[in-house]
Amino acid sequence: MTSGNRDGGGTGRGKGGATVEFRNVTKRYDQGQKGPGAVNDLSFTVPAGKVCVLVGPSGCGKTTSLKMVNRLIEPTSGQILIDGQDVTGEDVTTLRRRIGYVIQQIGLFPHLTIGQNIGVVPRLLGWTQARQLERSEELLATVGLEPARYRDRYPTQLSGGERQRVGVARALAADPPVMLMDEPFGAVDPIVRDRLQNEFLRLQQELAKTILFVTHDIDEAIKMGDLVAVMEVGGVLAQFATPAEILANPASDFVARFVGADRGLKRLSLSRVRDLELRPAVTARSGDPAAEARQRILADSFPYLLLVDPEDRPIGWLDQADVPGEGRLEEARAIPMSPLVEPETTLKDALSMLLDASVQAAIVVDKGRRVLGLVTVDMISAQLHPEARPEVLAPDAAAEAAA
Amino acid sequence: MVDWDWIFGHLDDIGEALSEHLLLTGLAVGVGFALSFAAALVIHRRRALYGPITAFAGIVYTIPSLALLAFLVPLTGLSVLTAEIALVSYTLLILIRNIMAGLDSVPPEMREAADGMGYTQWQRLWRVEFPLALPVIVAGLRVATVTTIGLVTVTALIGQGGLGGLMIRGFIRQFDTLIYVGAVLSVLLAIIADLALLLVQRAITPWTRMRTG
Ligand SMILES: Nc1ncnc2c1ncn2[C@@H]1O[C@H](COP(=O)(O)OP(=O)(O)O)[C@@H](O)[C@H]1O
Ligand SMILES: [Mg+2]
Repeated sequence: MTSGNRDGGGTGRGKGGATVEFRNVTKRYDQGQKGPGAVNDLSFTVPAGKVCVLVGPSGCGKTTSLKMVNRLIEPTSGQILIDGQDVTGEDVTTLRRRIGYVIQQIGLFPHLTIGQNIGVVPRLLGWTQARQLERSEELLATVGLEPARYRDRYPTQLSGGERQRVGVARALAADPPVMLMDEPFGAVDPIVRDRLQNEFLRLQQELAKTILFVTHDIDEAIKMGDLVAVMEVGGVLAQFATPAEILANPASDFVARFVGADRGLKRLSLSRVRDLELRPAVTARSGDPAAEARQRILADSFPYLLLVDPEDRPIGWLDQADVPGEGRLEEARAIPMSPLVEPETTLKDALSMLLDASVQAAIVVDKGRRVLGLVTVDMISAQLHPEARPEVLAPDAAAEAAA
Repeated sequence: MVDWDWIFGHLDDIGEALSEHLLLTGLAVGVGFALSFAAALVIHRRRALYGPITAFAGIVYTIPSLALLAFLVPLTGLSVLTAEIALVSYTLLILIRNIMAGLDSVPPEMREAADGMGYTQWQRLWRVEFPLALPVIVAGLRVATVTTIGLVTVTALIGQGGLGGLMIRGFIRQFDTLIYVGAVLSVLLAIIADLALLLVQRAITPWTRMRTG
């Protein structure tokens, strides 16, 4: 990899990121030791504004690699460059204050309120009290927590998912071009994790930071990464490529095994619900005249009418047979909802939610939980056929998935 | 048994003894805390000194209080200084141990988060480690304060007054009321001081009382 690898996009913009380059980086904790260290001759470049996921089994050196960027750990040899500047050339506290950092255990300070936690780096940078406060509130709103409700609470008063959000907000506080995130969504349950991942991806579309993201979960890596660095124990880079490339052409047996036998199915992680042409949902509000709704649902091939509230948020389903010929629609008769998915949900996650719930269709909703349409098992499985997406799915993968 | 008339007639004497007692205690705990904190900062930087420093404080701690006073009187006389040297010495072990235990109880990820966000070493100590150590540090202060209140009754032997002074006068004059007043007030003082410090700790560490609601 060459020096001065300044990917034009992002660096110049106020919001964008900076290029991060690893150049032959090696770390040995035990100086005398001859064999491979914790990280071994690591070289790769993350262009500005991209998410690079470091993934690999436990102990393969992901955390060590991340901490060398903000110099919590110093490399034994090699260099790390941010926008072409060697990180060792800068005062270490100055460097750290302009790199966002989310540690594995979130690490919110229990003695500071949520607002103060988010204001930590701005305070270190000497911002005025008023500006700190304004920034904290702005960021709470950005990560989906109502500022007035959360600002003055302490971390112990928050749920795991809320703390993760605050952790991300705190790392964003001084608008750093580079963010380091060590298993940031590791400590929450799968459903909350999916939501946090989706929110994070939406946020990243706006902010375009350069992000180094550590996980041991290959599915998370495929979902979150523009680029994925697969690492092997001993701190060796096994493959550095886009998720699609890694799924299509694993560079070694190790990568193939790590990615898993269900590569075909995993490729569903490369597509998101927003990539599909959604099936329009036939909707009606409770209290609407039943006759008109009945006519519409009988004309549609999908046999269920979706009841929504005045803001278009889903309430439940009515079987077309249960829609009366006269009178008004009643909420009381609605059957519970199918899973809700978001445009950012991967097809793989959507499929597994459908299978878990044993239903045919999931409801696609936007940020405000308003109905956008439906996604069905058939629509997703159509994506598994090679002729449907020849550019992504090779025939062997489809066969694997079918098996 | 208890001569209430005498008590009501000598409220100012009793008050004076009480305030002397408080003053001796406050001074000893204050100076002891300052010294212990300085020692803890040194240990925090150079961990190897933990053993030697606490060993020294430990030896001082095991000397019986009367014996320590006996050693000191030839050097510093029957003075407040002598009393305070003895009293301060006894607080050191408790306070140093608790300050260190408090700092050591700070979870490693707090240090890592602080370092990663660009705190300097001093900022980390003052703004993260010290506040998080406060509950344990104040617990040490409570033990030291209660211990010192007890020891101040002994320093009355070298003529420094306080509630111990009342009791000694009672023994000499075989006047039980004085002994009771001294004993009861010193116990009350210890209990009240302990409670007061507990309340202070709650007030300065509001986060320890918050739980998911
Ligand atoms: N401070 C340390 N001292 C010695 N060895 C360490 C230290 N930190 C990590 N290691 C070792 O380095 C290797 C990589 O660790 P780490 O980077 O934490 O891996 P990962 O984050 O991928 O699980 C492991 O074998 C681990 O035991
Ligand atoms: Mg790790």
